Parts: sequence; structure tokens; C-alpha cells
Amino acid sequence: MADIDDELDDRAGTVRPYTVTGGRTRAGSEDLPLESLVRTVTDPAHAPGVIERRRILEMTRDTMLSVAELSAHLRLPLGVVRVLVADLSDERRVVVHRPTAAMANPATNLKVLESVLNGISAL
Amino acid sequence: MAFLRSDVVTAGVQAPAAPAQDTAPVTVKIVIAGGFAVGKTTFIGSISDIEPLSTEAAMTEHSIGVDDAGGVSDRKTTTTVAMDFGRISLPGNLWLYLFGTPGQDRFLFMWDDLTRGAIGAVVLVDTERLDACFDAVDYFEARRIPFVVAVNCFDGIARHSLDDVREALAVSPDVPVLYTDARSRAATKQTLITLVGLAMSRLR
Repeated sequence: MADIDDELDDRAGTVRPYTVTGGRTRAGSEDLPLESLVRTVTDPAHAPGVIERRRILEMTRDTMLSVAELSAHLRLPLGVVRVLVADLSDERRVVVHRPTAAMANPATNLKVLESVLNGISAL
Repeated sequence: MAFLRSDVVTAGVQAPAAPAQDTAPVTVKIVIAGGFAVGKTTFIGSISDIEPLSTEAAMTEHSIGVDDAGGVSDRKTTTTVAMDFGRISLPGNLWLYLFGTPGQDRFLFMWDDLTRGAIGAVVLVDTERLDACFDAVDYFEARRIPFVVAVNCFDGIARHSLDDVREALAVSPDVPVLYTDARSRAATKQTLITLVGLAMSRLR
């Protein structure tokens, strides 16, 4: 873990961001909402490819994290993380929970908003 | 306080029927907008479960090509735009994300990404720099995104009446205009409650 972190530290700021995706952007991946939750469903140790891919798998093994949180923790731009997550999802290494997958947009669901209101009030 | 809250959350997340990890939380988000250095990150930090995180979007050749960046043709330019955000776990397996907008107006096009699927927005206002929030107000009005205007009272002092602020911004009567204090959890809470209430009234 520490080694990986060191390696990420060394990279930060010294490499163009899209280097980790091989310079690829990816059509469609920009549709992945920032608040989509990612969860690992495979063993991170067996993931080939750049170190950032393995980091994503490790970070989301015990807890789900959003695309935005992965971007912040990895210090990679959102667009890069979206490409990596879309790749990992295609390879069935992670499951991506989009906010709109389970129901129509939760932000326009009165029941959800009621729960949000009650939840905030009780904080 | 934090411990108490996380206990409640754990109880909510771990439904008896299934382990927590099998049921993905429902995620919702609220956008915190306003001018540069108006207190957005402080606002988020006052209520977030996690220390506010910062993420960035790089305006790459690709994104410059597809986004409306004002016809920028210099493809060698890479600009990064930082956005701060926080997260609140709520009972009922809900995660509420609070996303701060990039402060500079020239990144307005990025807001589409932030506001897609959002409950609504809080426009934080510093009455000494009222014009800094005009773009935000215009943006949410044009897209019919529910928003409240929250006048951030630095040092707890209100220097302008809410009526004056409402008049200066020329927002419609159904847009709530209220005082807040970005450092105060209670005030932040009240601001968010007002916004969610507004969003609910729009659905009824």
C-alpha cells in the first residue's frame, strides 16, 4: 500500500493526466455521474495495467466510493477516473451503481426528498 | 457528535436483511454555488461527514473540443478546475453529496456536469460582492433548477436586509432568500432544509 502511495506521489504533477489511460479518452464515459458509486468485485492483485487501476480496486474493496472521491484520493482529473472506472466495469472488476439505475432520478422522487429532509433535520 | 451520527448511519445502512455492501446507497446531490471565496468550502465542511475533498477536471484537448469553452482553439492549453465536495450519510441508506462549483465564471460550462440530477442549489452570497453570484442565479433560473439564495453573514453580522438582496438580484418571489453562516452547522442545516423543501414543493 505504502509503495503504491509513494509511487502515486512521485507521479503527481510530473505526468500528463491522461498518460494513465494511454492517452485515451472514452466516448460515453463522461456520462458517468460524479456521484456514481464504485465497488470492487474481484481481487485487486490480479488486475493488469497501470497502478491507478489497482488503487481503485483496493480503495473500493471494503467500501463504496464515488467517482468524485476516487478522483480526489488519486489526485487524478475526473475524466481520467471516468475512463479507468468504465474500463474496470467492462472487465467486470467493479460494479458501478449509478444514481438513476435503481429508480428514476432520485432527486425528483418525493419519497427520497422526504427522507433527505428528515435526515438533514435529524443531524 | 460525530460518533453518534455515524452510529445512526450504520444502523440505517445495514438493513437487517442484507449486509451493507450488498445494497448500494441511493446517492443524491446538492450544488453549492457562488462567487470565488464566498465560503462554499466552509459551508460544505460545516456539515460534511468527511473532510471536504478536492477533485479536479482537466480541460483537455478532448473536452475543449466538445464543450462550449468559447471557441478555444489553442489545443495545447490544459487548464484544471478544482471543485470541493463533501458527503453526508443519512438514514435510509442515503448518501448526500455537496458539490461546490468552481469559483470562476469562465468555468460555467462545467456546471452541467455538477447539476445533472441534483436536488437543487444553494447560491451563497457575499453582499459586499453581490455581482459575483449573478451568473449562478442566471444559470439556475434558466434551467429551472430549484435554488435558494443564502446570504453568508461573515462575523455573524448582516449588513443588508434580505429584501434589499432580493431586489438587487431580482429573483422571483418563490425563490427563498435567507441568512446563513457558512461556519455554523445549524445555519448550514437550515439552508439545506429550505432548499429540499423548495424542491419538494416543485414536485407537488
